[in-house]
Amino acid sequence: MVRIYIDQKPYDVKPGKNLLETCLALGLDLPYFCWHPAMGSVGSCRQCAVKLFKDENDATGRLVMACMEGVRDNIYLSLTDATAHDFRSQNIEWLMSNHPHDCAVCDEGGSCHLQDMTVMTGHAYRRFRFPKRTYQNQYLGPFLHHEMNRCIQCYRCVRFYKDYAGGKDLDVFAAHNHVYFGREKDGILENEFSGNLAEVCPTGVFTDKSLREHYTRKWDMTMAPSVCQHCSLGCNIIAGERYGELRQITNRFNGAVNGYFICDRGRYGYEFVNDPGRVRQPVVRAENNEKNLFESLNAILVEGRMIGVGSPRATLEANFALRRLVGEEQFYQGIPENEARMLNKILAIQHSGHVYTPSLKETEHADVILVLGEDPTNSAPRLALALRQAVRTKPLENISGSNIPLWHDAAVRELVQDDKGELFMAYPVHTKLDELASGSLHAAPEDIARFGFAIAHYIDTNTPRPEGMDAQTLESARHMAGFLQKAERPLIVSGMTLFDVDIIQAAYQIGRALETAQRKAGLCFVVPECNSTGLAMMQAPSLTAAMKAAETGNFATAVILENDLYRHGERLEVDQFLSTFKNIIVLDHLAHDTVRKATVLLPAATFAEGEGTLVNNEGRAQRFFQVFMPKNENIRESWRWLDEFRQFQNGAMPNELRELDNLLEELVAAMPQFKGIERAAPPSDFRINGQRIPREPHRFSGRTAILANVAVSEPKPPEDVDSPLSFTMEGYRGMPPAPLIPFYWSPGWNSGQSVHKYQTETGGSLRGGDPGVRLSGEGLHFENGFQEHVPPAFERQPDEMTLVPLPHIYGSDELSVRSPSVESRIPHPYIAMNSLDAERMQTMEGDVLQVQIGGELYELTVVRKDEIPEGLAGLPYNLPSTSGIAWPAKGVLTKALL
Amino acid sequence: METPLTQHISFDRPCYNLRDYEKNGGYQALRKALSLSPENITNIVQASDLKGRGGAGFNTGMKWSFVPMNGHHPVKYLIANADEMEPGTFKDRMLMEGNPHQLIEGMIISAFAIQANISYIFLRWAYKKAGRLLKHAMDEAYAAGYLGKNILGTGYNLEMYLHTGVGRYICGEETALLNALEGKRATPRAKPPFPQVSGLFGKPTIVNNVETLCNIPHIINNGPEWFKSLGKGNDAGTKIYGVSGRVRKPGLWELPMGVSMRELIEDCAGGMANGYAFRGALPGGASTDFLVQEHMDIKLDYKSVAAAGSRLGTGTMIVLDDHTCPVGFVHNLEHFFAQESCGWCTPCREGLPWTEKILLSMERGEGRPEDLQLLEMHTRYLGPGNTFCALAPGAMEPLQSALKYFREDFEKHIDQKKCPWR
Repeated sequence: MVRIYIDQKPYDVKPGKNLLETCLALGLDLPYFCWHPAMGSVGSCRQCAVKLFKDENDATGRLVMACMEGVRDNIYLSLTDATAHDFRSQNIEWLMSNHPHDCAVCDEGGSCHLQDMTVMTGHAYRRFRFPKRTYQNQYLGPFLHHEMNRCIQCYRCVRFYKDYAGGKDLDVFAAHNHVYFGREKDGILENEFSGNLAEVCPTGVFTDKSLREHYTRKWDMTMAPSVCQHCSLGCNIIAGERYGELRQITNRFNGAVNGYFICDRGRYGYEFVNDPGRVRQPVVRAENNEKNLFESLNAILVEGRMIGVGSPRATLEANFALRRLVGEEQFYQGIPENEARMLNKILAIQHSGHVYTPSLKETEHADVILVLGEDPTNSAPRLALALRQAVRTKPLENISGSNIPLWHDAAVRELVQDDKGELFMAYPVHTKLDELASGSLHAAPEDIARFGFAIAHYIDTNTPRPEGMDAQTLESARHMAGFLQKAERPLIVSGMTLFDVDIIQAAYQIGRALETAQRKAGLCFVVPECNSTGLAMMQAPSLTAAMKAAETGNFATAVILENDLYRHGERLEVDQFLSTFKNIIVLDHLAHDTVRKATVLLPAATFAEGEGTLVNNEGRAQRFFQVFMPKNENIRESWRWLDEFRQFQNGAMPNELRELDNLLEELVAAMPQFKGIERAAPPSDFRINGQRIPREPHRFSGRTAILANVAVSEPKPPEDVDSPLSFTMEGYRGMPPAPLIPFYWSPGWNSGQSVHKYQTETGGSLRGGDPGVRLSGEGLHFENGFQEHVPPAFERQPDEMTLVPLPHIYGSDELSVRSPSVESRIPHPYIAMNSLDAERMQTMEGDVLQVQIGGELYELTVVRKDEIPEGLAGLPYNLPSTSGIAWPAKGVLTKALL
Repeated sequence: METPLTQHISFDRPCYNLRDYEKNGGYQALRKALSLSPENITNIVQASDLKGRGGAGFNTGMKWSFVPMNGHHPVKYLIANADEMEPGTFKDRMLMEGNPHQLIEGMIISAFAIQANISYIFLRWAYKKAGRLLKHAMDEAYAAGYLGKNILGTGYNLEMYLHTGVGRYICGEETALLNALEGKRATPRAKPPFPQVSGLFGKPTIVNNVETLCNIPHIINNGPEWFKSLGKGNDAGTKIYGVSGRVRKPGLWELPMGVSMRELIEDCAGGMANGYAFRGALPGGASTDFLVQEHMDIKLDYKSVAAAGSRLGTGTMIVLDDHTCPVGFVHNLEHFFAQESCGWCTPCREGLPWTEKILLSMERGEGRPEDLQLLEMHTRYLGPGNTFCALAPGAMEPLQSALKYFREDFEKHIDQKKCPWR
């Protein structure tokens, strides 16, 4: 700690920080634009000017930019100094000389950092009397709206997009007071993190286009802390609703997970909630027509003989409620056997004690990285952004002797240049991260696993050595082994994407071989869905086992929870499975082929209409909260439906609304591996000063008018029995516990920039600790030993192609593809293959091939990717048009007849 | 009077080729320098009190001494700043077109002094002729073994590249020049870190002005005491002074450091042209404060000009006469500066166009009384430290001094609602 004096008051502060972040962390208000807690200082906006004095006797001082001055012991500065204050106000007047007076019609108005800073400096009257400069706006694709006239040239957008996220197609053009931030020409912004620009931009240049489609003022939304549903990382989000429609997703800071940024799938995938085609009403099929819903359900439930099919995208509570309804023995994970086996292995590895499971934030600090059979950009996008920062870890350590503080972004980037730490990518095709990689291997899954075994062997010769590998691959394995051994924080990223359990085992053997007394290797596994880990922790048998069990004909009813079985298996198999049941109860919100088979269909709540707990890929349990109570009372959380079923079953009419907390208590009692899960969020009876936490900001408007077309009296707001949050503006106004933050606001800070008020230190964790609980997984501590068997090398098959699934950020996730903006970015279904294979088929790029996979025929366009080994072809994974493939798969290719 | 810089320059004939240059003593300084230790050369240059001729006036040897010489930095760079874009300044052009080998020799010695193995000439885009001559001279120097591997058998290597900019004033700022050379936007960098430690591509780098580098061979040949003896006043050496404006003989002259403004204007430039009277002058390019009649006898060295409230800058003077509107004169300059702002920091990007627009409105008879306070506010707040680099503070120098010395002209514009010169 060092002592500094701000306006004569002494403060003991952390060294190594700049004055701006120090002032903010002390709770002092100092305006800024170009500085960003995740991106550091460049000193361009000149907004955070303060007076710095030579010593306590210096009365003159000089203006300095707080973001460009480091904290030193015994320095004297002033924020309130008249010159400093006047300069800051003058700086705003300069910025305003070209900024339009369109706050009233600007998307950003009311949650605009520029507005806040303007008010903070006191600038109110504009003396600039000349015409403002204007710009042409650009079409930037479905995610962002562009309004360049509002630009105040803080350079944050390009610094985020290019420097932080590695984007190539946004830049700064022209010079002087005509600097332009945009693309070279109109077109879709390519980077997967472009949506963050809406939050990074301090004003309304880049705004959320999906919000614009159904615009509402940001303070007019009912908001709740939520968790992203679109991959396994569990990024924290804030979801906002108005008029029964989900309107916007923004980042919710979590210092251990997503920090300040989320991916575009997470930001824009939410509109499946508003999908007009989704399931909204209970349906009983024609043959049961004579009975109403309750009678049919009653009959089915009383008859019993039920089998329950769970879901990796449903909450733990829902899966547990299903298990409780049908009985532990009759509950199955709704995923195929091979996926279940892989997940089980991952759990075993994570709880083996020999390796370390890093949080997403921790992956940013890895110094040597091996990616084994994953394409994080597409399978877990936020992880790719973290790895992008991680390759800078080593170079940043290298410059530590240069006296340049790490917050000085411009100088640091100058020193680091293109220097990167070790990152090795092993994947069948080129990935976006290859551009950062010091080496890469494009190979079949078997050979990626073998490569992993080879690395493990070079680290620990007691592990098996793959035979028959070519010298070059062996050499890179040896090389990588060396780097991993020397690393202080080695990281291996692997996962289930290629459906190869040996890859996972190989990752483990490397990690295990790297274990020393000083450190454990970090192993980060990407799993398919937002609650794959939670479901796997329930240790239920797979869908394949369910199919086998159903063959006995012992079951009358299948209860299928939020799961399109046709995405997880071949059509004929699933048809066969479903045909064994008299009744098929399906609970879901999406309309899909399994829903179409339902005899009783019940509308389930989406994440926005319900609450529950998800366990992310690292085993972190995180609670998401209901954003709004759907007007349609039939839409209920699956766990609530299932709980009601049980009351039915017991002969009672469901009338008592049960609380989520009770269900969680029972869950922990039944499965000790979930011990601690209740700490993911405060219980429903949690109050501060007897008050709930309001979901609506105090500025929320129109409450009495919203339903005026129905009735002029203001209805009682819905009551939330499951959480300490309220559906009103009233309640506790202070800082709620971290898991319960529904929106960021602080006096004078109306935009999301106010998050620093919620943090222990600027950019640090949230006050009271970042949300989420890493589950101990009691009882899951099973040993996963060294495997002696090394899989044989990949061999080209004479008559068929071996297929590998290639996930796509836009397209492979079941939910987000129902969002119109995401849907518009789904790739055309293709088959990627080596030119030699294409020539063998006498096809050219762009030709359409018919591919017979299992019992299904797919029409796919040929894409040539010469890095793919011969005999192997890549298919986009689970696009709406390429689902229903049992992976790993083989395909017979024929040229389509014209 | 010795004129080492221009002794071999004559525009009545083609510039010296390598043979002629060598015949007249060229590259002897290099031979001598290569027999000295790098530190020794730096010490000599530091002792000579040679100050940067680009305008900042910092001791050149001292600048070099900040370059780490501990052997931990295998890559270092030396760069000649030949991006001469200061309005009214054309001295480097004369040096490059008149004797390109002099610059090259100076660069090789300087690069050797900091043990750089790569050097660049960052040349103003419009200097086509200089570019051609430099390219030719570099080819000759390579062929003769003055550049490339194992120079003159000493084991020292130096590559030299000619890089032409695209004509941005800001590239004269050494860190913006570095960014431009790296292929990035020409925006300045924050200092610290200084280029001597983290310069081009993050490596130790020295950027020196052309005229500065041209002095090096002569200092090596004749020693620091000789160099100091050339100056008349506070500073060492000779200086290429220039005068433009309505004088009888505008031009460039190599004169001892510290000649008076009167000597320069009256003796060299032949005094004011017929019918014109002197009102003031920017002594060292557009980004310096006006000097007026009362300053006629000050010595044009760094210290004396600073004492008079201006800067020696590049030493090339622009004279304001009594037939030219000072407001229009300053407007012209502010137009240039506003246009050349890189757009990086707020005060410069938004402040300069504002001053330009105010001055233009005055010229159009639309000035308002409060405009004077606005202009003064800008001269105060666009000062050093408030903006990211020295461009805006430089741009405010002619304006603030014009407001001081020619205030009645500004007031007349506002009162008469027109430019009195039109």
